[in-house]
Amino acid sequence: MAEVEQGCELFSAGHRACGGCGPALAARLLLKATGKNVIIAAATGCMEVFSTPYPETAWGVPWIHSLFENPAAVASGIEAALKRQGRTEKVVCIGGDGSTLDIGVLCISGAFERGHDITYICYDNEAYMNTGIQRSGATPYGASTTTSPVGACSLGNPRPKKDMPAILAAHGAPYVATASIAYPNDFMKKVERAINTPGPCYIQVHTPCCTGWGFEAGETLNMAKLAIETGLWVNYEMVDGVVEKAKKVSRKPVEEYLQKQKRFRHLFKPARRDDVIAQIQAIADANAERFGIDIKRKESSE
Amino acid sequence: MLEFMEGSHAVAEIVKRCRPQVIAAYPITPQTHIVEDLAQMVANCEIDAEYITVESEFSALSACLGASAAGSRVYSATTSQGLALMFEVCFNAAGMRQPIVMTIANRSLGAPLSIWNDQQDSISLRDSGWLQFYAEDNQEAADLHMIAYKVCEDHDILLPAFVCFDGFILTHTYEPVALPSQEEVDAYLPAFSPYQRLDAADPLSLGMYATPEYYMEFRYEVDRAMQRAKQAFIKAGREFGERFGRDYSALVEGYRLEDADTALVAMGSICGTAKDAIDEMREHGRKVGLLNIRVFRPFPAQEIADALKDVSTVAVLDKNISLGNGGAVGIEVKTALYGSGISVYDYIIALGGRDVRKRDIVAVVDLAEKGEGDIFYGLRTEVL
Repeated sequence: MAEVEQGCELFSAGHRACGGCGPALAARLLLKATGKNVIIAAATGCMEVFSTPYPETAWGVPWIHSLFENPAAVASGIEAALKRQGRTEKVVCIGGDGSTLDIGVLCISGAFERGHDITYICYDNEAYMNTGIQRSGATPYGASTTTSPVGACSLGNPRPKKDMPAILAAHGAPYVATASIAYPNDFMKKVERAINTPGPCYIQVHTPCCTGWGFEAGETLNMAKLAIETGLWVNYEMVDGVVEKAKKVSRKPVEEYLQKQKRFRHLFKPARRDDVIAQIQAIADANAERFGIDIKRKESSE
Repeated sequence: MLEFMEGSHAVAEIVKRCRPQVIAAYPITPQTHIVEDLAQMVANCEIDAEYITVESEFSALSACLGASAAGSRVYSATTSQGLALMFEVCFNAAGMRQPIVMTIANRSLGAPLSIWNDQQDSISLRDSGWLQFYAEDNQEAADLHMIAYKVCEDHDILLPAFVCFDGFILTHTYEPVALPSQEEVDAYLPAFSPYQRLDAADPLSLGMYATPEYYMEFRYEVDRAMQRAKQAFIKAGREFGERFGRDYSALVEGYRLEDADTALVAMGSICGTAKDAIDEMREHGRKVGLLNIRVFRPFPAQEIADALKDVSTVAVLDKNISLGNGGAVGIEVKTALYGSGISVYDYIIALGGRDVRKRDIVAVVDLAEKGEGDIFYGLRTEVL
């Protein structure tokens, strides 16, 4: 319960994240967008551990961590208390993909169904990184993790990412969005929109993890950008369940993204697995079709 | 003024008068009448509270934790499987020093599934850092809620509490109960004054991560607060007695112990049956008394040793079992009486709602005085 020192950044430097940590950048951008009038309910995970080793904290706003799976329920209580006390702080949850897509789904579903005025931010680094890179429901198809390892009879994670934004949109959430740390202004605008939209809102922000994915620490933003440029990650907004805006791209082949990460190395060495690469390309193609993100080449004028 | 009412209703009425700002609860038998009553009070604007209809007990306590951390007085109620589902949050809420008050309508734990009474649920959380109070009757159940808020919210304590009363035996039973008025409750229990709260005007981080350099000290502080809670309870119980005429200044309460050779030790509603059985045994010249453990956490070891110092035999009635090592109350009473020379026998009794009558109490005393104990009492051997 350390007192917080205020600096010009609400999320202070000097925390214990790895160099090149995507989630750390997401936290900093998040607080730039929320400003001071916010209460953060955090899940157990990398971000919680690297930002609040007692007696130090990186959080310059009120922050609470209870458990791995309960920030949405904790936030429900905070929101109810603020309402009863006539207070105006925005309530924002933050959890990783393991907390959000797996163990915390019950609490999130309950909070969204009840319609609490909260914003839930999932920082998606596509595996349980805090415990050593285990597969989650957000791990992409074909990625090798310590619990979906490549082996004689395994090509890595056998399932595609769970579609959590659609699940929460189906709860009637008024605003659901995806974002990426590669596009900081877009992420911050979405945060502002979410916290100013009454009711439960959800943003899933793609936050590459250099340690877990296996790339150089200086490449984090490039990796996030490549995910967008290949169509494996799509930045979009859903308002009342309808996709309104999806970022258009001139798509690159997924290979350009995959071959830069150790978690996909087995698709290229010792032998190329064109079949698996093609399946991953099909996922990107389906994303492009679903969200209409392909920039059409200009028709030649007649 | 005494009013004839159901135990659950008495608890709901007193909770209303304790003015929680946030109530979060999930329905589970036999707790339901309490939360239904509170939901109706909220619907009728009789109580100025948010009622969060959570999707699980796990979220009920998590929401209470959040609301408490944000500076509101909170309330929940549960039992049995619901409390088991809260296990993780229970330890967390105590470690985070949130003064949450929760009613436990004591019920057995599955398997096999049973909705009936014993005290396995709350006793299984004895290491969680929650204060545990056990009511003998519905008047005490209602009164203990006011005392619980007072003790928990004391800035020298800041711990959560279970107010336990036996499922069905008390929750669904009608008894005469005197309910203090709102003004009387307000005078006894002032508005919640949080020690600290989540507040944008004064940011702080709650629930941080502790390395081995700090973790033990946090646990030590919780244990010290537990120890201090004995005096806080005594003080709050005495003040309650002064205001309302019902004194709760004792962590343990003796009944006809003064010249007793044999003492029963028990918690909750079984004490009522035991008192009647003791009265009858006394008429037959048997020197039997009872020690009712009202406060199980913090455990009043010294008070128990003092109260039982002159008896030769102790029979503990345990409505729970620490499988593989006997009843939890018996284990702790034996520890409290270690070296005293008193013979302590433990009886696992009334699990899963098995009825206990006066003749059963007499039979337990007979067994203890013959030196037969540390057994399940009343087993139906024909179905084994």
